Amino acid sequence: MLVLAVDTATPAVTAGVVELADGTPRLLAERITVDARAHGELLSPHLRDALAVAGRTLSEVDALVCGIGPGPFTGLRAGMVTAAALGHGLDRPVYPVCTLDAIASDVPGVPGEPLLVVTDARRREVYWAAYDADGRRVTDPAVTAPAEVAARVAGLGVTRVAGARIFDFGLPVVGPEHPSPLGLVAAADLTGAPGPLTPLYLRRPDAVEPAARKRVSPG
Amino acid sequence: MTIILGIESSCDETGVGLVRLGSDGGLELLADEVASSVEQHARFGGVVPEVASRAHLEAMVPTMRRAFDTAGIALSDVDAIAVTCGPGLAGALLVGVSAAKAYAMALGKPLYGVNHLAGHIAADTLEHGPLPAPTLALLVSGGHSQLLRVDGLAGGITEIGSTIDDAAGEAYDKVARVLGLPYPGGPPIDKAARRGNPAAIAFPRGLTGPRDAKFDFSFSGLKTAVARWVEARERDGEEVPVDDVAASFQEAVADVLTAKAVRAATELGIGTLVVSGGVAANSRLKELAAERCAAAGIELRVPRPRLCTDNGAMMAALGAHLVAAGVKPSSLDLSADPALPVSTISV
Ligand SMILES: [Zn+2]
Repeated sequence: MLVLAVDTATPAVTAGVVELADGTPRLLAERITVDARAHGELLSPHLRDALAVAGRTLSEVDALVCGIGPGPFTGLRAGMVTAAALGHGLDRPVYPVCTLDAIASDVPGVPGEPLLVVTDARRREVYWAAYDADGRRVTDPAVTAPAEVAARVAGLGVTRVAGARIFDFGLPVVGPEHPSPLGLVAAADLTGAPGPLTPLYLRRPDAVEPAARKRVSPG
Repeated sequence: MTIILGIESSCDETGVGLVRLGSDGGLELLADEVASSVEQHARFGGVVPEVASRAHLEAMVPTMRRAFDTAGIALSDVDAIAVTCGPGLAGALLVGVSAAKAYAMALGKPLYGVNHLAGHIAADTLEHGPLPAPTLALLVSGGHSQLLRVDGLAGGITEIGSTIDDAAGEAYDKVARVLGLPYPGGPPIDKAARRGNPAAIAFPRGLTGPRDAKFDFSFSGLKTAVARWVEARERDGEEVPVDDVAASFQEAVADVLTAKAVRAATELGIGTLVVSGGVAANSRLKELAAERCAAAGIELRVPRPRLCTDNGAMMAALGAHLVAAGVKPSSLDLSADPALPVSTISV
């Protein structure tokens, strides 16, 4: 089974081609650029180039896997709409995967020790989730100030951290900063029909309802 | 025979259009599907960019499916794709551009990143056929108010004048708010204005003095004048004659827009005026434009309202003109440009 993996929920523009045989994903090619402002520009060329390096064509792709965040809104949408449109254009299923799960699945040693995964939510906050020793997520993805997450480390029982290196949680840092194509495919549930491709924004849009009309006349 | 897919997401409408380019160069509209997030913006009194962007992501594939269902053709029938890459809201444009690139890759077809404003002009060719060269275009909407000289849709659009502050549609929204009318302000003000007296209040005509820029517009002063007038009535405990205020405001907008457009056409020796954009649906603007164009011997072309507001069909039509002219497609690393100048028709 040939799978195209896409994620734009972190500053990385991530595209990869993964072969899945007997449930084991094998990376054929990947193109990753860390540039939070280039998701819209680079993602499609990255997919094209990764396919070329893998020696495969889009028509050979059996399924897509797409990171659905949580992630900063604008970048996140570039990957999600790309995956959705490719799925429609190729008539192939698109499987959603939580980006934090993809990072967790890239951390070596499962079963291992409970893990915290964080990514940069900007505005001095992080997106985060906690995982048990078997790599299962035990909290819903959330967006919080990192100090608040740090205060919960003991209660969560996590003993190591993966993801963005933007805050010292007092835990050993393991695993990657961004999801990899292999991690995305490993974390996705490719059995059966795909779930809904719904972004994990975790924040409401910044929008303020206008108060009473402002007067323009003096006095 | 060539089929062009057009994608539009520069503001609050997700538009997908399908246009057939005949071997004679004629255009046939096959589908024009639009999903609007306008209702989600109503309580904010204006378009909220993040709300619009979220709606584009949700609506993109469903709108695409509807367009192909309506046209009764398959995705594989598409020969080229045109997408709005600017001007517009950055986050909103990004959704359409990213989708268009993915469809272009999936279908193995050329992609054209194109100018939204040129699309508004191209919309008229879906209804009234090829444009004579040169043509003057008056684009008026919530996002733009411009006078453009069009020497060709595949290349050759020059700005003659534009608003120095608010777009005409923005002024409608703000005045509607002052009058307690709903958002967007265009339709309710038009409706109230038809019951009112356009000569009741002499509101100012912006930039019409002898030393002012001949072909630029300004609506900010008009908007403030309306608010002051209404506040003065309220302060005196008098009832505000909403219909008369709406009619007098609308008259001021239509007067300035049509006077400047006709003057530009006359001075530049251009025989055809196209009026497009959301505000082109306004009844008084159309009426006054028709009157003044007839008096000046200028041919007036206004697409039907559905083609005046933002849609994907106009982008497909523009794409068809580029394909017909043999213009080179865009590259897959094109990006949205929120400030794309009107002189750049495709990137
Ligand atoms: Zn427009």
